[in-house]
Amino acid sequence: MKLSLGPLLYYWPKQTVEDFYHQALKSEADVIYLGETVCSKRRELKTRDWIELAKALDGQGKEIVLSSMALLEAPSEVKILRQLCENGSLKVEANDVGAIQLLAENKVPFVCGPAINCYNASVLKLFVNKGMQRWVMPVELSRDWLVKTAADCENLGIRDQFEIEVFSHGFMPLAYSARCFTARSENKAKDDCELCCIKYPTGRPTTTQEDQQVFVLNGIQTQSGYCYNLINDLPSMDGLVDVVRVSPSGSESFDVLSDYRGALKGLDKPVILDSKECNGFWHQISGLQTQL
Amino acid sequence: MELLCPAGSLPALKTAIDCGADAVYVGLKDDTNARHFAGLNFNDKKLAKGAQYVRDNNKHLHVAINTFAHPGGEKRWQNAVDKCVDLGANAAIIADIATLDYAANKYPELELHLSVQASATNTAAIDFYKQNFNVKRVVLPRVLSIQQVKQLSRNTDMDLEVFAFGSLCIMAEGRCYLSSYFTGESPNTVGACSPAKFVRYQETANGLESRLNDILIDRYQDNEKAGYPTLCKGKFNVDNNLYHALEEPTSLNTLSMVPELMKAGICSVKIEGRQRSTAYVEQITRVWREAIDSYKANPEAYQVKEQWNAVLANVSEGSQTTLGAYHRDWQ
Repeated sequence: MKLSLGPLLYYWPKQTVEDFYHQALKSEADVIYLGETVCSKRRELKTRDWIELAKALDGQGKEIVLSSMALLEAPSEVKILRQLCENGSLKVEANDVGAIQLLAENKVPFVCGPAINCYNASVLKLFVNKGMQRWVMPVELSRDWLVKTAADCENLGIRDQFEIEVFSHGFMPLAYSARCFTARSENKAKDDCELCCIKYPTGRPTTTQEDQQVFVLNGIQTQSGYCYNLINDLPSMDGLVDVVRVSPSGSESFDVLSDYRGALKGLDKPVILDSKECNGFWHQISGLQTQL
Repeated sequence: MELLCPAGSLPALKTAIDCGADAVYVGLKDDTNARHFAGLNFNDKKLAKGAQYVRDNNKHLHVAINTFAHPGGEKRWQNAVDKCVDLGANAAIIADIATLDYAANKYPELELHLSVQASATNTAAIDFYKQNFNVKRVVLPRVLSIQQVKQLSRNTDMDLEVFAFGSLCIMAEGRCYLSSYFTGESPNTVGACSPAKFVRYQETANGLESRLNDILIDRYQDNEKAGYPTLCKGKFNVDNNLYHALEEPTSLNTLSMVPELMKAGICSVKIEGRQRSTAYVEQITRVWREAIDSYKANPEAYQVKEQWNAVLANVSEGSQTTLGAYHRDWQ
């Protein structure tokens, strides 16, 4: 199994991002995704900068993939998408069906990202025909769902034509809105947001009136309140999953990657997840729960 | 501009038609539609009667097949498409690419509408559905501003349908897993958001509490009206500030936008609420029929009547309405 570093979901200063990715080159990640996937107003790195950074990282022993935005509302955002799709050499992670359209038109091989509604083998077959080389399963799906889907792909004769990736560690992107919840949390309208999400490098924790952390606000994206962690489930991915994704939260993500590399070789005993971690989706129960 | 009304039951369907709907949309009694609630939707017999009623009145019937086919269960979604054709429905509203593929190949004559659950918000995505499945109409997610709707309308020749009234989904539909994060069940997989079986109300010393799968969504004082604990409309803390962190309990109401929607060439306005009562369907349909007719009769003089808004507020969540994402300030 390979390890991947998912696209950065938060808004960080340019220097921090560049340092982070140069560190990532020395990490345990086999695959590195990068690009702005949440909000087109975040321009510490412009699209051109992301492509340049990706190309600079390429050829140094890691597979580099450019990730595209999940929610495209304005023609200017489609233009950005086009720029990514026409980068000339790198694979792209499509996070909207619009991206699949443009990538197929340009015959660029792609990864179907977790924000695309792909729930069964027939859809995968269609995407394979469009150039899909890897599928990142929607975060809400379980191992059971994946096993059945993989078996269906076997029957359709396409299982060996793409890889399967599972979002395995980090705060999960659960929803996308027109509204910016970070701006709202500062009583600002989206159009006057002053890019305030740069103040929250791991989003804004949101709790119930009983102090249960249920969400993390990250601009127009709502993330899980708990950190997903499938480190104990890696054996159950054997022979099923090709790539295990760690979603970046800071330099500690490199430690997570190292821990996962270790766990892939076998764990003496299960890691005890803390109260703010969860693994429910994989076990076909509510996402925020933990199955021991 | 078509007025498209919800029908969760045969009486609601008849009421919608009688009160002036140009078309109604329905779902089957299983998890192939996103309002898969107990006691709701149509079995074969009721569906046949409903279809006949719609036909007798020269109106249109759309069948919502707007969840995503489960592995091993694809037949169920295909059967739903077969039924839709057998009934002679005017259109199938589909979200799942596998189901679209099946429908487009097997029934090239069937008119396909792309469900809002497919979350197509841009021209590239629309092109994908048009080129691959010959989709005739796209239902736009409630995440676009009116300017963006107009822009999209200018940049595509696809027929566009928008949500005009009803419960406000504030996330890009079809790409929201909040419900399964809390309960294990989501609109995409089970056909329900914040399902009723997980809801609990409890009187406590702190006030009436509403919970979803034991998670506290809101707490009401004596003078507050308790709402349904849809999880995105609860009160939560962000840095010790307690407020509706995502959205207030409120409904979408775009009566004031009728002229803009008409001028933008929107082909259909959809009323949300297959899960609502026949009385709801009656009131909403009457008001919207009157609004559209009044605009058509005299576009220059169009004005939202106080009394329309009063009727709509009465059937709205939290008795409040909003323009939602159509209005930039909301975002």
